[in-house]
Amino acid sequence: MMKPLGMAIGLAIALSTAPVVAAPKTDVTIASPWEVASFDPAVAGFAIQKLQIMENLVDADASGVLRPGLATDWSASEDGLTWAFTLREGVTFHDGSPFDVDAAVSALTRAWGQPGVLKKAPITGISDMDGKVVFTLETPFTALPAFLAHASTIIPAPTAFDAEGKPVALIRTGPFKVTEFVPPQSISMARNDGYWGALPKIETASYLAAGRAETRALLAESGDADIVFTLDPSGYSHLQHVDAIETKAVPIPRVVALKVNAGHAFFNDARARQALSLSIPRDGIAKAITRFPEAAADQLFPPALGGWHSKDLAPLETDLAKAAALLAELGWTKGDDGILTRDGDRFSILLRTFPDRPELPLIATALQDTWRELGIELEVSVASYSEIPAGHQDGSLHVALYARNYGLTPDPVGSVMQDFGTGGGDWGAMGWDNAAVAKAIDVIASTADQSIRGENIAKVASILHRELPVIPVVWYQHTVSIDKKLGGVVIDPLQRSYGLSEMYWTE
Amino acid sequence: MRSFARSFLAALATRGLQAVIVAVIVGVVSFAMMQALPGDAAYRIAAGRYGYDMMDAAAAEAVRVELGLDRPALVQLWSWLTTLAQFDLGISAVYGTPVADEIATQLGYTMLLAAGAVVTSLLIALPLGIASGLNPGGALDRATLGVSIFLRAIPAFALGVVLVLVFAVQLKLFPVAGFKSFANLVLPSLTLGLGLASVSNRVVRDAVADAMNADWRLFARTKGLSARMTLWRHVLRNAALPVVTYVGVQLAYLIEGVVIVETVFAWPGIGHALVHAIFGRDIAMVQGTALVLGLTYVALNLIVDLACRGIDPRERSA
Repeated sequence: MMKPLGMAIGLAIALSTAPVVAAPKTDVTIASPWEVASFDPAVAGFAIQKLQIMENLVDADASGVLRPGLATDWSASEDGLTWAFTLREGVTFHDGSPFDVDAAVSALTRAWGQPGVLKKAPITGISDMDGKVVFTLETPFTALPAFLAHASTIIPAPTAFDAEGKPVALIRTGPFKVTEFVPPQSISMARNDGYWGALPKIETASYLAAGRAETRALLAESGDADIVFTLDPSGYSHLQHVDAIETKAVPIPRVVALKVNAGHAFFNDARARQALSLSIPRDGIAKAITRFPEAAADQLFPPALGGWHSKDLAPLETDLAKAAALLAELGWTKGDDGILTRDGDRFSILLRTFPDRPELPLIATALQDTWRELGIELEVSVASYSEIPAGHQDGSLHVALYARNYGLTPDPVGSVMQDFGTGGGDWGAMGWDNAAVAKAIDVIASTADQSIRGENIAKVASILHRELPVIPVVWYQHTVSIDKKLGGVVIDPLQRSYGLSEMYWTE
Repeated sequence: MRSFARSFLAALATRGLQAVIVAVIVGVVSFAMMQALPGDAAYRIAAGRYGYDMMDAAAAEAVRVELGLDRPALVQLWSWLTTLAQFDLGISAVYGTPVADEIATQLGYTMLLAAGAVVTSLLIALPLGIASGLNPGGALDRATLGVSIFLRAIPAFALGVVLVLVFAVQLKLFPVAGFKSFANLVLPSLTLGLGLASVSNRVVRDAVADAMNADWRLFARTKGLSARMTLWRHVLRNAALPVVTYVGVQLAYLIEGVVIVETVFAWPGIGHALVHAIFGRDIAMVQGTALVLGLTYVALNLIVDLACRGIDPRERSA
């Protein structure tokens, strides 16, 4: 990328020279909506992890199975309270400085002190023991290795921080290194020839953050970007008819969900939450708004979440008559204006949502319309998503519509514990405590025995399905457009990587 | 020439004083407006930093402590003003990078885009406006009036997308978005430039038409100057005054336009950054950006002033 002055000079060069022979293409351009404007792993980690500039101690493949990253192996002590990670040898950072246990311990200690997944784990200390990174825990926690695959736990070089410990550069160990960074819009990268693993086939890559979905669709159609992530429904259906590109939709473990304040007098009976669920037109929303009819969420955990999605659960259905009957059972009767009332209270509630995911306000208005038929007056507030945790904390929230990613770490137990453990969570249950669920989650988090885990996962899933502290609406599809000449593209449902290092040009 | 130098210094002194006043007012007003926005700033900043997958109440409380948002508003304002007095714009609350660094990169790109837009608008507006003004009511005059109304009515966003569809996707002449090369500058400049030209060509037309009807023009012709010489020496010079002044006024439209155009074309400019900073409640960034935009406005007004003084000798003795 050029500086403004360089651009003016670039004009002169562009006008005076023209490429004579087209060399084989060795560069890939990616476009996606996420802007990168920080050097801090806690802030920008999710974006630069996908670009393979940085690495974690633990890596995961596209199906979520853990594999060695900067650590070659790991094990827990018998009581499950100490975990030791053996580090890979001979790894260097992009600036040539060596990757060692000091770098790992200081990076992880910093991550532990920042908002991020490590803060949610029962960690009591991180230290260097005989060259290994050792975690000590308060209670056994088997998901720790999966947490160490999360973007907020990447290992930056000690030289990436200034004297005060503030992150000031993007120096990592990944197969690509940064050649130019223009926040918040773009990152240019080159292959890291000193990489410890298999070298990428392409030589350079660039990343362009394009906030508008229209812009991304046009970038894909014109061929300016070789691979474009997150398309809106209209752009996606248009691109399906463009010859030079292939479109793909990959189910991901993200779900649009409705959080209900179960502490509120209107919703403290599970039947009221079931009535809300029965009056969500999931099929219509999946077909007309998100445009993937198969993604209507008939249970909370999406199929992409292998161990947690269950075929045994009876699908949640849409049945307005049944919903009306449940509400009548709870003492609600329709007033003159068609709105339900009970003991002088009108069934008038506020739904909070946000525009960052453009389908959310649309889904909210679909709910507003359907619920009105049932006699529920719904006001929709579209604002910052921070209004949802804020409303959870001060108790003012009625219902909230948002998208929750249960695949943040390859093992979703962390998110589930946060959302449905004791006391609920900002992005999960509110005013709803279930001792059986909390106990089962604790067992899932602390046992390594797969069959015990499976039993308890099924228990959690079935109670959540019946009690509905959070009501699922639709599951997400990750939409991508790919230049047909680009080979080796693997779309990671966990969205940890764009898979740049595996890509190559077929002609 | 001495009178020009004196008026130059006077203009400089006035605008310098204005700049200081603008800086203080913009800083205080943008701070007050950020305080007046509904919602908890710590939550908004945490949301801007960590995204909705990681942001929660605990992260918001950590931000509150880290940035001292629980201090009284006046204390926060005073600390910004004292750091500003040391020519330090502070640290971005969301990104943790120095505001001055961010603005330095982004202002350059915005200036480039703004210059591209003004040049494009003049290339379109001057020939069309002069030709229309020389023959008011003619076919060209009526046609440009129609097209101008049409272009001014289209939002910059829609115009940008249409230009991309035609020139980038169909004709493949220019890239869609980004800022890798000079070619990337063409479509955003054209989007903004067409919007500017749609009004400025009418200003040029009116100015030229007025000048053509003026008594002094008749006098110039009577004293024996050719039509061509009259046009170059008298008509255009006189017509230039309102046009140059108007280009200055248009900068306001430009600042509003870059916000949208930068987002559509994924251009790393200051307008786009300002919008994000407001959403993320990045107070230091909002104050810094507003300050730089305010001062840029003062500087451009100064340039317009000086240009007018250069064009019109009567201004100099005033």
